[in-house]
Amino acid sequence: MSEIVDILISASFWAAVIRIASPLILATMGELICERAGVLNLGIEGIMVIGAFTGWMAVYQGMPLWGGVAVAMAAGMLFGLLHSVLTVPFGLSQHVVGLGVTLLATASASFAYRLMLPQVTSPPKITPFQPLYIPGLSDLPWLGAALSQTALTWAAFAVAGLVAFTLYRTPLGLALRAVGENPAAVEAQGLSVTGLRMGAVIVGSGLMAVGGAFLTLSAFSSFFFEMVNGRGWICIALVVFGAWKPGKAVLGAILFAAFDALQIRLQQTALGAVLPYQLFLALPFLLSILALILMSRRAEVPAALMVPYNKGER
Amino acid sequence: MRLETIPNPSAARKVGLPALALLATLGVAMLLALIAGANPFAVLGQIARGALGSKLAILETLNRATPLIFTGLAVAVAFRAKLWNIGAEAQLYAGAIVAVVLGTGALGSPLVLPVSAGAAMLAGAALLLGPVLLKTRLGVDEVVTTLLLNFIMLLFVSYLLEGPMKDPMGMGWPKSPALIPEARLPRIVEGLRLHWGFALAIIAAVAVWVIQTRTTLGFEIRAVGQNPEAARFAGMPVNAVLVKTALLSGGLAALAGWSEVAGLKGHLSSDLSPGFGYTGIIVAMLALLHPLGVVVTAIFVAGIFVGSDAMSRAAGVPTYIADMLLATALLFMVLAILLTKMRVVRG
Repeated sequence: MSEIVDILISASFWAAVIRIASPLILATMGELICERAGVLNLGIEGIMVIGAFTGWMAVYQGMPLWGGVAVAMAAGMLFGLLHSVLTVPFGLSQHVVGLGVTLLATASASFAYRLMLPQVTSPPKITPFQPLYIPGLSDLPWLGAALSQTALTWAAFAVAGLVAFTLYRTPLGLALRAVGENPAAVEAQGLSVTGLRMGAVIVGSGLMAVGGAFLTLSAFSSFFFEMVNGRGWICIALVVFGAWKPGKAVLGAILFAAFDALQIRLQQTALGAVLPYQLFLALPFLLSILALILMSRRAEVPAALMVPYNKGER
Repeated sequence: MRLETIPNPSAARKVGLPALALLATLGVAMLLALIAGANPFAVLGQIARGALGSKLAILETLNRATPLIFTGLAVAVAFRAKLWNIGAEAQLYAGAIVAVVLGTGALGSPLVLPVSAGAAMLAGAALLLGPVLLKTRLGVDEVVTTLLLNFIMLLFVSYLLEGPMKDPMGMGWPKSPALIPEARLPRIVEGLRLHWGFALAIIAAVAVWVIQTRTTLGFEIRAVGQNPEAARFAGMPVNAVLVKTALLSGGLAALAGWSEVAGLKGHLSSDLSPGFGYTGIIVAMLALLHPLGVVVTAIFVAGIFVGSDAMSRAAGVPTYIADMLLATALLFMVLAILLTKMRVVRG
């Protein structure tokens, strides 16, 4: 038991929590924007893969790290465009299109990887984002170590703040929330439901891809085929857990990351010697299911989520 | 723009648009071949020859189609009721585990094959029951829970293969012991590498077709899928129908894993399925959720995979071209199907 307490009070544990939470926050914000506008985006898993791949490949080809982030975002927005064209004006099944986009994006990353690096057995490394030194803050005894994070992590939290501000404090945010609740009323205001929804899916997909790029550009320094490993699906659960609210979703991501960081450390303890390591690895997925069950009764689902809108139909 | 229902779509529209979707996919294939620096026509030819060019190639394609028929049927049955079972991958492994548990000496001939097939179906059905009860009782979206269960199941298989189910003679490889000969599905024709799993898959497709067209359950599944509120209003036990659908769907997906172990591989390893569960979604959608169509599209999809493997060795175009083409075909096809019923008008 004292082992767990030692872990929980160490600065390195909390540094890991914030690091693990960062890609989840970015992708969860992306999914949250889509869903608040009424579109479930199951392309998230594949869009994270394409973001991880394109961001890494751009940097490997000589672009600066922020250039890699921009390339990843653009690639994500491209797949977001594909998703939104099919689901918004054409109103196709968001389940089927989302899974199709995930399959297409994942396959595209694998295809491009093999094409560009045909002979490579272990993927080449890039120099990832380094922890930022913040004068004053970084010198503090415990906090300095816990907040020793890369610029992309700080950006993730800034994005979450920006999403919350936009959704609740701007006319655009009001329109986006309304389009996920009552699209006909938005149309009656003279706004374009199609435009708002497509925009939300495209921007949201861009954020998902940046979340994927975090893995290759900040967390690790290479691209592996299985590296996203269900994080996209976990983010969908986090949106539900956060009751479609940015602040709660960020808290959910941090809570979730804390469990993830804890399970990695518990594997090194006496507990890890007794229990199979697969049980620890399954913990994030089990927790996600548990979160969905706990929130099922309380969540306020956007009323028009997964309901396509066709002008002239009532 | 907006969409408008076409009162009486012409036959040309109904056939032409899906055909156009397949042609467009072919166009994407040629484009990808060009990007990879290969001759597009040669690549298409090599895929076709690799899939169907010899007796060996055809048998390989049919073997690869077998699990896809099962997972395709599982998805088709579930999607018909708008039950989004994306967990065929996990249910497949549930069936594979049962094949090993009962097939390595626990039961002997003649009981072992029928009992393990039945038990495999039960295991797959049980695995889908949880997400469906969460959906009907608590309103938890089954897409996410079934997806998450896929990851949990793969970790469970990894645990089994490194622990209790590890083959002591496996030279350290994480694989299960081999099935006893009595627990193996025999080959359909002696000397040809095609096992009875393929025949069973076709029988399953016919059985599902009969259920869907000739039974009350089939009628209820369609009604629930088309409009659950109307079905409930008409006095149908919607939740009970969903549970029955789930049992059928999970059972069918489990047979995919069961027949791969009992028919093809003879043991369980964690690379048993290269995503057959997910590919089943493409198979089912291309077949427009028709059970007999699933047999055709499963063979088509398997042919693309087998043919791409052969083409990749010869032309150097990455084998992932197959996954890209199938995802493209899926997206084109759902759009084409919509446009057979609706047209785009300005305004």
